[in-house]
Amino acid sequence: MKAAPSVVVLDYGSGNLRSAQRALQHVGAEVSVTDDVGAARECDGLVVPGVGAFAACMAGVRGVDGDTVVRDRLAAQRPVLGICVGMQVLYDAGNEHGVETAGVGVLAGRVERLHAPVLPHMGWNTVTPAAGSQLFAGVEDERFYFVHSYAVAPTGEDETLAEHGESFVAGVEHGVLSATQFHPEKSGAAGLHLLQNWVLSLS
Amino acid sequence: MTVAVRVIPCLDVDAGRVVKGVNFRDLRDAGDPVEMAQIYDAEGADELVFLDITASSDSRETTYDVVRRTAEQVFIPLTVGGGVRAVDDVNRLLRSGADKVSLNTAAVADPTLLQEAAERFGSQCIVLSVDARRAPGTPSGFEVTTHGGRRGTGLDAVAWAARGQQLGVGEILLNAMDADGTQRGYDLELIEVVRAAVSVPLIASGGAGQLGDFAPAVDAGADAVLAASVFHFGTLRIGAVKDALRDDGRLVR
Repeated sequence: MKAAPSVVVLDYGSGNLRSAQRALQHVGAEVSVTDDVGAARECDGLVVPGVGAFAACMAGVRGVDGDTVVRDRLAAQRPVLGICVGMQVLYDAGNEHGVETAGVGVLAGRVERLHAPVLPHMGWNTVTPAAGSQLFAGVEDERFYFVHSYAVAPTGEDETLAEHGESFVAGVEHGVLSATQFHPEKSGAAGLHLLQNWVLSLS
Repeated sequence: MTVAVRVIPCLDVDAGRVVKGVNFRDLRDAGDPVEMAQIYDAEGADELVFLDITASSDSRETTYDVVRRTAEQVFIPLTVGGGVRAVDDVNRLLRSGADKVSLNTAAVADPTLLQEAAERFGSQCIVLSVDARRAPGTPSGFEVTTHGGRRGTGLDAVAWAARGQQLGVGEILLNAMDADGTQRGYDLELIEVVRAAVSVPLIASGGAGQLGDFAPAVDAGADAVLAASVFHFGTLRIGAVKDALRDDGRLVR
């Protein structure tokens, strides 16, 4: 039997990482939660988590050299999965209360506040998966758990979209770079299925 | 809007045990919050709320352990409240595996606690729990109570909810103390006046008794509906509540 894919959840001080760790273990990955750059470079799949403010998360990611690790991994065709604000920081920039913060910049686009009567967008919502999506295979019609006030407007690339007040990017699959605006680790059976799709793609 | 109405069971936890646990057929230990959480998850709960009613501070360690074990096995959002007094309590609960932490009495005593917590951990994980009761003479007709509804504060409940939003909370958990335990339906008037004053998500709590009670709370402006005893005692099942909402034309998961 082949060894389980190794996954690192990048620990840069952001929120609840236990659920992400357990959910990934649940679908068969060997998971460690660490800020160790070597481990983050070498693992089969790197998860960039994140909750809270864009600027604080980006500072945390930089603080552990996460931005360099992400760029190097993508250059070497090694998979990366961004979750929630961990997805947002992969874009060029984020704008919060008029203050712009540079992101890792491996995705083209800007993170802006959503226009909707109720924010944060909190709860279970539907998505429209990108054509030929591997990540959403088998869970195309399921709902996923979102909690965010900021998002990226559709860029015209082939991406998974959702809607809250306006259309926004809910999922990205660009080669080895994957990302979800929602929390798959909090999205019940559907989220576990999606994580399993990702973990299976690592081996 | 395409986001679904959330149906949320609340568990009262005392020293690591569920209070008022019921005997579901498929439940081995009605007093174990982790097993209870798994059952609710399997029944389609969209989120879980643990209300820690532990009196002694020694037993708080048990709460962290319960949160830890729940987060390891249940992959839906978990909010924990009750007895949260300081930013450090919030931190410990989040690090134990809570996704959101709700503040109540301590925030009334020191509103800056909400701001500090929201700035440090993000608005998305700070919930303001408002225990409101009817009080003629207050501007909105509702006042905030503390200590589980035993103490009036004279603070206007609607103004307090709005202040909470200003201070950065990401959600309001609105408990109607007059309706609580009556099973005569949610306090729709309370939901309406608070909805008009805030733009963060609103969880309605207190008064759910039958399947027909949930849709009116949503119409009054609730984004989520919470209940405790009807689920504990098995009077209503989560799946049935969702079916009723769906049949009534509301979006559910």
